[in-house]
Amino acid sequence: MPHDHDDHDHHHGHGDGQEPPSDTALRVKALESLLVEKGLVDPAALDAIVDHFEHKVGPRNGARVVARAWTDPAYKARLMQDATSAIAELGYSGGQGEHMVVVENTPQVHNLVVCTLCSCYPWPVLGLPPVWYKSSPYRSRAVIDPRGVIAEFGTELTEDIEVRVWDSTAEIRYLVLPERPAGTEGMGEDALAALVTRDGMIGTARL
Amino acid sequence: MNGVHDMGGMQGLGRIEPEPEGHAFHAVWEGRVHAMSLASPTRSNIDAGRHQRELIPGPEYLGMSYYEKWFRSLSDRLVEQGLVTPAELAGGALQTGAPKATPRLLAADVEPALNRRGSYVRETAAPAQFKPGDAVRARNIHPEGHTRLPRYVRGRSGVILRMNGAHVFPDSNAHGRGEDPRPLYTVRFTARELWGAAANPHDSVSLDLWEPYLERG
Repeated sequence: MPHDHDDHDHHHGHGDGQEPPSDTALRVKALESLLVEKGLVDPAALDAIVDHFEHKVGPRNGARVVARAWTDPAYKARLMQDATSAIAELGYSGGQGEHMVVVENTPQVHNLVVCTLCSCYPWPVLGLPPVWYKSSPYRSRAVIDPRGVIAEFGTELTEDIEVRVWDSTAEIRYLVLPERPAGTEGMGEDALAALVTRDGMIGTARL
Repeated sequence: MNGVHDMGGMQGLGRIEPEPEGHAFHAVWEGRVHAMSLASPTRSNIDAGRHQRELIPGPEYLGMSYYEKWFRSLSDRLVEQGLVTPAELAGGALQTGAPKATPRLLAADVEPALNRRGSYVRETAAPAQFKPGDAVRARNIHPEGHTRLPRYVRGRSGVILRMNGAHVFPDSNAHGRGEDPRPLYTVRFTARELWGAAANPHDSVSLDLWEPYLERG
C-alpha cells in the first residue's frame, strides 16, 4: 500500500468519497492532465470508455445469452456452431469477443476458463474480469488444480466428472454454458437470466 | 520469453480472493488507466501491448496490481514514443515545444469503436499441416521475445481438437515484424500428460496454439 500520510485531509474534497487518494491515483490524474493538455486524449472519450465498461458490458449480457440458449434450441444450436454470430444476434460484439467459443457443461462434463499468460476474458458478454481472474493465484492454479480451485468457490466435483480447462492463449474467448438448474421448467428468459452467475460462466461455479 | 507472467502450473502464489459481481473498476484511477490505454495514440496492437507488460521485471510484476501494470506499460510507451518526456511524467507539468495534437479517439466514436466486430483471422495461401484428431507435440522452444506458448505444455503431447483458420501470429506481430498469419489450432492435453499420474484421468487442458509451436506427435 502507498503511504497514508496527511490522513486528516483525505476524508473530504475528492470525488469518490471512499478512500484517500493513493500515490498511484495522484500519478494517474497527473498523467491524464498532461495527455489532455497535449491533445493526446479527449477527456470526454475517456468518460465514455469508463461508462462503457461500467454500464454497457458485464455478466448480465452473458446471462442473456445463456438464458436464450436454455429456452430456444435453434438458438443454442447456432451458439454452439458459431458463437460469435449467435452472440452478435443479441447485440453483443467488440474487442475481446472477436472469436467466441461456447463450451457446454453437462452432468458428466465441467468446463473452466483461464488465461495463464495474462487476463484474456470475453468483454462483450462478461465485461471486465474480477480481480481474482487476473491475479497470480488463479492464473497459476487453474490449469494444475482446477478441482481445488472450483472447490474453493464452493463446488466439490466428483471424481467421475470430466473437467475441461480452456487456457485462452490466442484471441479465441471462451464462455461456459452452464446446465439449466432443475426445477426451472416454467420460467421465462428474464427469470432464468437472473439465475446465471458470472462465476458460472467462467466455470468456477456450477449453477 | 520465460517470464514470470507465464505462470500456469506454479504453486504457492497466494490465495484466490473471490469477489461479488458488479464492479468493473475498484478505484476511479483504474477506469482512467483503462480508458487512457484504449484511447492513447501509443496503442499499436494487442500483442505489442501484452509484450510491454511482460517486460516489467519479474519481481515488480508479481507485486503490482493489474492496473498498476497497465499504468506502467502506458507510461513506458508514451516515453518511448517521445509523446511525454520523463521529466513531464515525473513532475506532471507540461514542457513547452510540441504543438497540440488531435486525439485519436473522440467521445462520439467510442461506442462504435468498442462494439466493432474485428477479426484476427487472415487469408493465407499456405495449407494447414494438421487436422482435427492429429497427434502433435508442443515444441520445446524458448523464444526470448513474445510468445503465447506457455512453458507448461512445451515438450508435451496432445491432440488437435479444432482448426481455427490462420490467425495473426503474436510472436511476429508483437515485435513490429508484421502479422505473419499462421494456422491456429485448439490442442487438448490430458491432465496426466501435463501433471503426471496423480492427475485425474478424465481431465484435460486445451490451448489455442499456432502451427509454429507444434510438431507431429
